[in-house]
Amino acid sequence: MKGVPLALVVAAMGALALVPFLGTGYHLALAIGILNNLVLATAWALFSGPTRYVSLATAAFFGIGSYAAAGLGEALPWPVLLAVALVLGAAMALVVGLSTLRLSGIYFVIFTFGLSELIRQLVTWWEVNVSRSVGRYIFLDVTQEGIFWQLFGLAALVFLVGWLIGRSRLGLALRVVGDDELVARHCGINVTGAKLLLFAVSAAFMTLAGAIMAPRWTYLDPSIAFNPVISFQALIMALLGGAGRLWGPLLGVVPLTLLFEVLGANFPNAFSILLGLVFMAIVYAVPNGIAGWFEGAWPRAVRLLPQKAVR
Amino acid sequence: MTVLLEVSGLVRRFGGLVAVNGLSFTVGSSEILGLIGPNGSGKTTALNLLSGALKPDAGDIRLRGRPVAGLSPDRIARLGVARTFQLVRVLPSLDARENVLAGLAFRADPLWGEAADREVSHLLQRVGLGGRGHQRSAELTYIDQKRLELARALALAPKLLLLDEWLAGLNPSELQDGIGLIQSLRREGLSIVLVEHVMDAIRTLCDRCIVMNAGSVLAEGAPDAVLSDPQVVHAYLGDPDA
Repeated sequence: MKGVPLALVVAAMGALALVPFLGTGYHLALAIGILNNLVLATAWALFSGPTRYVSLATAAFFGIGSYAAAGLGEALPWPVLLAVALVLGAAMALVVGLSTLRLSGIYFVIFTFGLSELIRQLVTWWEVNVSRSVGRYIFLDVTQEGIFWQLFGLAALVFLVGWLIGRSRLGLALRVVGDDELVARHCGINVTGAKLLLFAVSAAFMTLAGAIMAPRWTYLDPSIAFNPVISFQALIMALLGGAGRLWGPLLGVVPLTLLFEVLGANFPNAFSILLGLVFMAIVYAVPNGIAGWFEGAWPRAVRLLPQKAVR
Repeated sequence: MTVLLEVSGLVRRFGGLVAVNGLSFTVGSSEILGLIGPNGSGKTTALNLLSGALKPDAGDIRLRGRPVAGLSPDRIARLGVARTFQLVRVLPSLDARENVLAGLAFRADPLWGEAADREVSHLLQRVGLGGRGHQRSAELTYIDQKRLELARALALAPKLLLLDEWLAGLNPSELQDGIGLIQSLRREGLSIVLVEHVMDAIRTLCDRCIVMNAGSVLAEGAPDAVLSDPQVVHAYLGDPDA
């Protein structure tokens, strides 16, 4: 059982790495979608999985990254821009985190959602009153393959960082916090500091994803960059896969990205309704995520096998 | 005997209710102090103030001369104050080993890796949970959860241990084991504040007792003397003809 998660991640990443060589332009676009969702959902679960603080601020960080690319992409060399986006995202997470991570449960959810909307409105206001235009055109010299490989590297980095955190004292601290904050404090854990640090790490990945994805849309406006659907999708995918494990979101990202692709292509007008129905079905049918179901199913399957075969 | 903990004039209000009202006492090193009194007399609130879970409205708490009143619970924990809870609180999604590791990994001189693994095994053995380390703590019996909670508290290598009715609900043989364990902790130099209703345990363990009533100290002294004090009997049982 121990090796299964690693094999799963390696196999999925390996299969994705073949797409630029073997697939068509459509396959590449699909793979980019999968990688983007993989980064967002895994980064979301990095913080929200162990702490159980459900954040709806994914769109806020993603949008900030996109806008950093749109606003500064022509002025700065690309690696510098990515560094700026990372710092912006992490800094905003620290500010937001300091004011919100003392909130618990439903208040945190609503605050993060409200925050995303607030930032969207602020950016809109800025664009209308200062930039004198609602949208921006992005003409950056990046190919689809270039975007693919950047996202691929980012996804690999999310898994690496997540794995390192999981093995570290910080990883244990967050699981203790997720179970019982008061006990965590009495164990000597600086609860606010631990949550803040991981919230910033998670946000930095989301911001980078936004910056990398921005050149894909030649036109960007706040309703695209800060679309709340981004937050909900990351959450649904992570929950379907299983937010309690690093490799869990992967299991939700692949099927749901493909499903949303089919739904979006065939029923564009009913997409939000279908998204909601999928969300409800997931919460009812697989409350512990596919990863949780799989881990439960494995011992069951082993028990069902003839005893000789198992030994 | 050197003074480890010095509490003076501690006050905590909840709205109009004064739960702790001018509480003062000291705890020496290697001393076991019993904190007893009827329900609602402020014992658990006092423990919450000592451990930082609540902030006092007035008064002073000094640990080895250092003021700690109003510090956050994690700072106080790192200064060497560990506690258990009246209603047992294990970390349900973690296994027993990880529960203890939580106490080792974030103290002032944290343990991690192999050294931590060895200490976890040692502490589980000590509270009678040897070999149960990989069981999920939510699946342990109530008594074993209490043992685990104590192991987690001891993992902090505390100077002062706050036990909130840790012996409640044990059967007679478990009670003997529990009392023996607490005595062995004291022999190692640990100071303990014990909130308890089990009178046998109080008589056996405590060097001194404080009886609380309505948030302040009603009586103080050796257990036998205090428990036969008419005022104390009155506070517990009310008037003879009531």
